[in-house]
Amino acid sequence: MSRIQQTFTRLAGEGRKALIPFITAGDPNPEMTLPLMQALVAGGADIIELGVPFSDPMADGPTIQRASERALAAGMSMRRVLDIVRSFRATGDQTPVVLMGYANPIEAMGVEPFVKATAEAGADGVLVVDYPPEECRGFAESCRAGGLDPIFLLAPTSTEKRFEDVAAVGGGYIYYVSLKGVTGSATLDLDEVARRIPAIREKVGMPVGVGFGIRDGATAAKIAALADAVVIGSRIIEEIESSAPGEAPSRVTAFLRGVREAMDAAGGAR
Amino acid sequence: MHMADAPYDFPDARGHFGPYGGVFVAETLIPALTELRQAYEAALADPAFAAEFNYELKHYVGRPSPIYHAKRWSELLGGAQIYLKREDLNHTGAHKVNNCIGQAMLARRMGKPRVIAETGAGQHGVATATVAARYGMECVVYMGSEDVRRQAANVYRMKLLGATVVPVESGSRTLKDALNEAMRDWVTHIGNTFYIIGTVAGPHPYPMMVRDFQAIIGQECIEQMPEMVGRQPDYVIACVGGGSNAMGIFHPYIEHKDVRLIGVEAAGSGIETGMHAASLSAGRPGVLHGNRTYLLQNEDGQIIETHSISAGLDYPGVGPEHAWLKDIQRAEYVGITDAEALQAFHNLCRFEGIIPALESSHALAYAAKLAPTLPKDKVLLVNLSGRGDKDMHTVAEKSGIQF
Repeated sequence: MSRIQQTFTRLAGEGRKALIPFITAGDPNPEMTLPLMQALVAGGADIIELGVPFSDPMADGPTIQRASERALAAGMSMRRVLDIVRSFRATGDQTPVVLMGYANPIEAMGVEPFVKATAEAGADGVLVVDYPPEECRGFAESCRAGGLDPIFLLAPTSTEKRFEDVAAVGGGYIYYVSLKGVTGSATLDLDEVARRIPAIREKVGMPVGVGFGIRDGATAAKIAALADAVVIGSRIIEEIESSAPGEAPSRVTAFLRGVREAMDAAGGAR
Repeated sequence: MHMADAPYDFPDARGHFGPYGGVFVAETLIPALTELRQAYEAALADPAFAAEFNYELKHYVGRPSPIYHAKRWSELLGGAQIYLKREDLNHTGAHKVNNCIGQAMLARRMGKPRVIAETGAGQHGVATATVAARYGMECVVYMGSEDVRRQAANVYRMKLLGATVVPVESGSRTLKDALNEAMRDWVTHIGNTFYIIGTVAGPHPYPMMVRDFQAIIGQECIEQMPEMVGRQPDYVIACVGGGSNAMGIFHPYIEHKDVRLIGVEAAGSGIETGMHAASLSAGRPGVLHGNRTYLLQNEDGQIIETHSISAGLDYPGVGPEHAWLKDIQRAEYVGITDAEALQAFHNLCRFEGIIPALESSHALAYAAKLAPTLPKDKVLLVNLSGRGDKDMHTVAEKSGIQF
């Protein structure tokens, strides 16, 4: 059982839902990423999505694009992202880490070397935004063979046929994009989420996380009542952006703790 | 790799040209692309669609565009005869409008009242705004803020035509960033919006669809050349940024195996300087903007900034079908520097009384290099893809002149 599956199994036993924060590796600089990952864990993160910066993040909104630009300007690269994951594991922390990014930096490294290096560094899953299932059967197989969960997106516009396509190649969990648009968009349709999640769970047989547009504890709590995990990205990046140097980790922890408490209260945690 | 004798039939059903092309987009866009593919297939099967397209091309664009024998310039160069396919004479001044009409007709069939586009130099933006005005559609054009600054006249043209021009401040503030932003708009307004991509790039079905709409260029040449010189040309030469004018003239010639196809990329200050936009000559395969193709990228897979005197060629990728034609050696790709393109620009002005676009000047410059090395009975057909009125400021600036 992968570390991601173990996490969901444990949480289900506790009657809690997973909290999955996202940060971009190297934002605002490579030295800050490890302390920020630790701050996420301290705030109640169950899984960390670590963004691999890309020059052309087409599916992201302005907030995450700015984070990518800051990280690249600070000299971030795929190999340095993996170094950070390695140093996070070296601290003994077992929180699962999912790398999230775009196909080109992976293809530039080569799929096999990427999978090997990523698994060795201690990451648990990979989510490639511009690899839909039909374009990456080989990649998903390599990931699974290398001990990484290939995680896929589903959207409000996805058909039931897509659920099956994703179920055939995916692993770990499903990231359900809760709105039409890019990351950081403002509105979220809770009714839509409530309607879609049961069908997705049934078809794919994996936990379903919901993200895009979740900005506060109240919304996170509502999502937690419907789904298996809550993903928060842009809102955390904004916290980092607006922090004075050195204060970002404590502010991120405080923000996330608020979300965690709201989720656990609503989820009826013991 | 050499072409088998089997007929050329690309892309496959999922949009692949060998290893290139495909649908590399986030899940949120998949249903929109599926809807588009189905609508395009239905349109292709409907004779009324082709009839309307041909009517618009004839009466609104002014097709067929003529082929012109650049006799004086050919004589001065002292070798092969240069013929120009006059896409510069189209309404709006370039080949871009052919594709915009096709896609706008499709948008209407799909019941989408709003069209969006990305633009670099502004030519595709102007063509989209023109067609949107013609059909009464809302039109939003994304343009890098750096390009908005450089191409003020085209920005004003789009506004006159009723379009909203949105300056894009992210990344390098040029064409690729405008494309990113247009994709974001599309994914957010997928219900009522049609994204008119201006070149043979993007996710399937765009590279195929844009090629099909632009193939009218080559189809006309195949009829016109025998009328003019009694046979097909020895060479077909076109500039390649994204590659739509080149695909348009190349595609009908792919099965004419005696015709050599030459794509001319922007070598900027010279390939060896790193300041260029020659993806096929100096790039590596990768994934960007929905397809796999040759890209200008650094070792870490980050897309790098490109340099060309011609904004329309200033793009770090290239249409996936060009990548395939390069690999199977059906087309050859060469580079022409800013200086060489400028020289050809001035020569065509002075010797033929035609002011070419800086993009097309790259193709002209290669023809001017090649012609003297060939006998006088050889025939070069150059796609003069656009006129140069838009480039007055750039050329004047290079000559140290201010208006």
